[in-house]
Amino acid sequence: MIVDINFVGLIIASIMASAVPLILASCGELITERSGVLNLGVEGMMIIGAISGFALMTVTGSLIIAVFGAMLAGVLISTIFAFLTQTLITNHVATGLALTIFGIGISAMIGKNFVGIPGKEFPVLFEGLKDTIPLLSPILFGHSIVFYFAFALPFITSYFLKKTKIGLIVRAVGDSPESASNQGINVRFVRYACILYGGAMCGLAGAYLSMIYTPQWIENMTGGRGWIALALVVFSTWNPIKILIGAMIFGGLTIIQFHMQAIGVRIPVQFLTALPYIVTIIVLVVISRDSRKIRLSTPSSLGKSFHKDN
Amino acid sequence: MHKFLIRSFVSSLVLLFTLTVAAVAKDVKAAFVYIGPTGDHGWTYQHDVGRKAVEAAGFKTTYVEGVPESADAERVLRQLANSGHDIIFTTSFGYMNPTNKVAKEFPNVKFEHATGYKREHPNVATYAARFYEGRTILGTIAGTMTKSNVIGYVASFPIPEVIRGINSFTLAAQKVNPNIKTKIVWAFTWYDPGKEAEAAKALIDQGADVIAQHTDSTAIVQMAEKAGVYAFGQASDMDKFAPKAVLTSVENNWGPYYVDRVKAVANGTWSQKDTWHGIGDGMVVISGLDSQMPSDLQAKVKKLQADLASGKVHSFTGPIYDQKGNLMVAEGKTADDGMLAGMMTYVKGVEGDIPK
Repeated sequence: MIVDINFVGLIIASIMASAVPLILASCGELITERSGVLNLGVEGMMIIGAISGFALMTVTGSLIIAVFGAMLAGVLISTIFAFLTQTLITNHVATGLALTIFGIGISAMIGKNFVGIPGKEFPVLFEGLKDTIPLLSPILFGHSIVFYFAFALPFITSYFLKKTKIGLIVRAVGDSPESASNQGINVRFVRYACILYGGAMCGLAGAYLSMIYTPQWIENMTGGRGWIALALVVFSTWNPIKILIGAMIFGGLTIIQFHMQAIGVRIPVQFLTALPYIVTIIVLVVISRDSRKIRLSTPSSLGKSFHKDN
Repeated sequence: MHKFLIRSFVSSLVLLFTLTVAAVAKDVKAAFVYIGPTGDHGWTYQHDVGRKAVEAAGFKTTYVEGVPESADAERVLRQLANSGHDIIFTTSFGYMNPTNKVAKEFPNVKFEHATGYKREHPNVATYAARFYEGRTILGTIAGTMTKSNVIGYVASFPIPEVIRGINSFTLAAQKVNPNIKTKIVWAFTWYDPGKEAEAAKALIDQGADVIAQHTDSTAIVQMAEKAGVYAFGQASDMDKFAPKAVLTSVENNWGPYYVDRVKAVANGTWSQKDTWHGIGDGMVVISGLDSQMPSDLQAKVKKLQADLASGKVHSFTGPIYDQKGNLMVAEGKTADDGMLAGMMTYVKGVEGDIPK
C-alpha cells in the first residue's frame, strides 16, 4: 500500500484529538498529587464536567459560559473532596472513590433531560490554512482552542513546577507537609487550591468530550478515561512531559488498531483492542524504570492526611 | 426477641401491603428490566420509549435500569414478581436463564424475554425484531449512494445478530452495485462515543464515503457529518444529530408490541409465543428518507420497504454463498429462521474474518 503523506497527517491529527481529554485530566491530577493529595475521583469530576458543559451549552446557547461552567462544576465537586479530606481529614482513597460514584450518579440524574439533543458546533481555529503544508497542516490547523491549550499544558505545568516559586511550594507541601508548615506555609490552603485546580482541569476534559469530541450527552460517556488519566500520572512518574507521551501512545494505538482492522491486517481483533492498554503500560514502565528516580519524584506524602496539631 | 419482633412486624407490613395491592389494584402492572441506562439514546432508551407507550395506554409500569446479566438479574426479577407485577419484560439476551428460572417460581406472573429462544415454562414468551430487514434497505441505499465504492461498517460484538446485519447489508449493497467493498471495524463496545467516533474516522480516512453502524451512540453520524460523508441512524431517528449525513435511520419500535401484550394480560388472553416481527408488523421502522437521495432511489426504497413488509422480498434470498464459495442458500430459496438465528459466517463479498 502506498502511504499518502496527508493520510499520515490525518491519522496523527486523530491521535492528538483523542489524547486531549487524557492530557487535561492527567495534568490536573498531577498538580493535585504533587501537593500530596491522591484524588481518585477523576472519572467522577470528568463526567460532571461533561454534563455541566453540555447542559449549559443547551440552556444558555453560549459556548464560553459552557466551557467555564464545566470547569466551575469540576471545581465545585472537588470542593466536596477537599472539604472531606483536608478539613475533616477523611481517607483520600475512599473519598475519591465515593466522588467518582457520586459524579456518575448525579450526572445521570441531571442528564435525563439532555439525552437525544444534538450538540452545537464548536468553532475551530486556522481552518483556512488546512491545505497549505502537506503532512503538517491537518496536525497544526483546524482544531478547537481546547486542543491547543491541552498540548501547551504539559509544558506550562512542567515550567510551573520547576521554575516558579508557587510550584516549589506545591512540591514542598507534597514532599514534606511538616517542614512546609514549619516554614509558615499554609498546607491546607495549598492543598485546597491544588485539588480545586485538578477539578477544573477534569471538568474541562469532560466538557471537551461532550462539547467538542462527540457533541452529545449520554450516560457514562467518559467511558473509563478518568481511570486511564490516573494511571498515566503514576506511570509518568509525575512528569508532565511523559504524560504527553503516554496519552499519545494510548490514543494512538486505539486509532491505529482501527486502521489495521479496516486495512484488513490479519491479527486477532481482541488482541488489537487490548493493545493500547498493554503497550501503554509497557512503554511507561520502560521509561520510568529507574527506581531511584521514581522514589525521588514520587510526592513523599502522597495520599497521607496532614493534620497540624496545635 | 427483638429481632423476632422486628421480623414479624416487617413481614406483617409486607403482607398488609401485598393484600392492599391485591385488593385495590385490579389493573395490570408491568415491569421492565434494562441492561443499560435509559439515557443511552440507543437500545435501552428505545425500550423505555416502549414502556412509556404502555403507560400512555393507561397501565402502571416500573423499570429497573443497569441490571447486570448475572445472579443480580434473578434477585431483581424475584423482587418485581413479589411486588405485584403481572408481566415482566426482560430486555437483554443475557437475562435468558434468570428469566426462565424465576418464571418457574412465579407461575402467575407472565415473563417476556427479548432476543432469546428459551421458553421453558408456559408463562415465558420471547420476542425480537428483524432488524436485518432494515439493513437490507440501508445496503440498497449505501450501494447506490457511494462514489468511492468503499463502505465502512462499525460493528460491536461478533454475535449472530450483528453478523446477520452485516450480511444482509452487504448482500443488498452488492445487488445494486457489484463493485462495492464493505470494510468492517469491530469496536468491541455497544456504546462508547469516543471509540465509535475513532472507528468511524479510521474508516473515513481510508476512503469510505458511506458509514453504517451496529453500535448505539450518535457519535458516528456526527463524525460523518463533520467529514462530509453519509451515514445511517441506529435504533432511533438520528437525523437531527447529523442532518446532512443521515440518509435514513432504522428505528426499534417496541411500543405496539408492549401495549398488545400488557392488554392481553388485562383481558386474560395472554399466551406463550415466540414473536419475531419486522417491517411488516411495525417493530422495525424506517425513518423519513433524506432529500439528497435521488427520487428514483427513493421510489425504489419505498417499494423495497413495501415488499419486505408483505413478504414478497426476503433479505436472504438464494443463491447466497459464504466467503469460501460454499452455497449457503440455494437459488429461489430463502434462509429459514433457524439459519438466521445462528448465523455466524460472512457471506461472499464481506472482507476479513469474524473475530473468534
